[in-house]
Amino acid sequence: MSNFIPGQPLVAVVQRIEIKKLRQGDNLILGFSIGGGIDQDPGQNPFSDDKADKGIYVTRITPGGPAETADLRMGDKIMQVNGYDMTMMTHDQARKRLTKKNEDVVRLLVTRKSLEEAVKNSMGGHQRQ
Amino acid sequence: MDTESTYSGYSYYSGRSRGSHRHGERSRDRDRHKSRNKDSRSEKSVTINSPPAEPLLGDSSVRGGEQVQDDNWGETTTAVTGTSEHSLSQEDIVRITKDLEDSVGLDCRRYFTLTLAVVMGLLVFLTPVAFLVLPHLLWPEKLQSCGTACEGLFISVAFKLLILLLAVWALFFRSPRAGLPRVFVFRALLAVLVLLFVMSYWLFYGVRILDTQDDNYQGIVQYAVSLVDALLFIHYLAIVLLELRQLQPCFSVCVMRSTDGEKRHYNLGQLSIQRAALAILEHYYCDFPVHNPALLSASKSRAAKHLAGLKVYNVDGPGNNAAAGMAHSQSRAMIAAAARRRDTSHNELYYEDAEHERRVRKRKARLVVAVEEAFTHIKRMQEEEQKKTPVDVMDPREAAQAIFPSMARALQKYLRTTKQQHCHSMESIQQHLAFCITNNMTPKAFLESYLSAGPTLQYSRSHWLARQWTLISDASVTSGLSDGCVFQLKCVDFSLVVTTKKIPYIQMSEEYIDPKSHKFVLRLQSETSV
Repeated sequence: MSNFIPGQPLVAVVQRIEIKKLRQGDNLILGFSIGGGIDQDPGQNPFSDDKADKGIYVTRITPGGPAETADLRMGDKIMQVNGYDMTMMTHDQARKRLTKKNEDVVRLLVTRKSLEEAVKNSMGGHQRQ
Repeated sequence: MDTESTYSGYSYYSGRSRGSHRHGERSRDRDRHKSRNKDSRSEKSVTINSPPAEPLLGDSSVRGGEQVQDDNWGETTTAVTGTSEHSLSQEDIVRITKDLEDSVGLDCRRYFTLTLAVVMGLLVFLTPVAFLVLPHLLWPEKLQSCGTACEGLFISVAFKLLILLLAVWALFFRSPRAGLPRVFVFRALLAVLVLLFVMSYWLFYGVRILDTQDDNYQGIVQYAVSLVDALLFIHYLAIVLLELRQLQPCFSVCVMRSTDGEKRHYNLGQLSIQRAALAILEHYYCDFPVHNPALLSASKSRAAKHLAGLKVYNVDGPGNNAAAGMAHSQSRAMIAAAARRRDTSHNELYYEDAEHERRVRKRKARLVVAVEEAFTHIKRMQEEEQKKTPVDVMDPREAAQAIFPSMARALQKYLRTTKQQHCHSMESIQQHLAFCITNNMTPKAFLESYLSAGPTLQYSRSHWLARQWTLISDASVTSGLSDGCVFQLKCVDFSLVVTTKKIPYIQMSEEYIDPKSHKFVLRLQSETSV
């Protein structure tokens, strides 16, 4: 992930991930856990490179759940959910965005470090979104 | 206890050191007498029958094998081994010779200063009275009569003299704690100041009042009052110089005993070296565990064993090296040979220590059980029971004697294992037992004084092994303590090495924190599953 400078536009290589929610009893679950948020302590985030990054990160993936089958990985930073930006969200707002009862499918834009390196290796330093 | 300073830099100008000069000779004789060759291997030791501090239960192992004098005393090597017999017999010799000529010279000096002080005190006290009385004796007709104010001043003089008398008695007429080698500089200065002062007052009085036969009696009385006031101020100066100045701690001294490395730290104020030494010695008697020469024999025998097997021969023949070079090469050869030899003494030390530890613990366990059992036989009898049943009642001493035999053996074995048996005599143990019984102490409290070595004052005088001290110092003993100064307090068996360090100057600044500025935020890292 690029270095985060507050106030400047953020450039990142993202991957589209589409997760179909699974119905379990009365709930629709996605099968992963999130951490982070602008109201949380960024220093305790084990997955971020920059310890001032207050974005939403995937902290756990339930094995066999819909997130795992959709190739979401632990440590991914969620940039967008269904078109809504997640980089400046409180923890609770992020949770609400992901657990809307009237949506069956969530389309995420996630970024991870290996993506950037893969792009660098293949394009020889030229990034594009 | 008397102290001496052996100080080589100054010649003995000071009149006070008359006595100490003589003592210096004697102490040097004793030192030569004592520092004989200790690493000779002969086992014969000649013991001079000494006045008894009788050891525990007539234990004869302390005195060495032979109690009677050897027949061919002149022919055999009188050598002393490095065990406790050595220092005990030396101490007895020292004690005998010391008692014979005990402090003759020093008493002389003490009486001299005492008489001087008394004479000066009388002079100072009688001066105002003389000032007041002399006009009445010498020119009574011419003298103006004393009015009211004048008579009021009489009362003032009387009370001020009384206060001065009490103050001088409180400050100066205390029994001396010690005899110091050099004169106490501040006291001498104060004495000189007082004498000068009184002399100048007398001079003025003689010239301006006696000669002219002044008839203004009130003026004379006021003059006497001013003298007494000034004397009170000099007394205030004396308090500040002698008592108050050294109260604020300025130096931290580290006192280390040379034989076993016991170390203590004390805070002292600005004192002269001899006064600092006195303060340190007073702390020594209360803080340092008693010096036990029996504990040092093990390391001495180990040290002897290190070099016992090596002999160095000079094959190059005599006379081609300087003596210093020869000694240097010899010692290098010995060190090299010792390093090459496979030395297993550390192994022995380790196992010996472990074995000794185990033995001490075993004996201690037996001792504790024996003492606890012995104490159960004794019960304090109440007053009512005494009237009802006339059993055999005992006072504490008899009770102690009754229960002592059951624990005596265990106690003796324990003391012998920890090498303390010469510190406690049977009589002292029974006395301590009676004391504990009287004061309702538990067996553990009774044993406490035998389980660990207590401070020197706890033991009787004959076991102190530390009664007369010599101050050895580079700087003059009347000069003040300074940072990094080192001096030694030498006793017959050991010495205390004292090093001084100055307490640093502390620069403190302040910072104000508003109590309302203490604010906190909650920093969370929650994890929610979606």
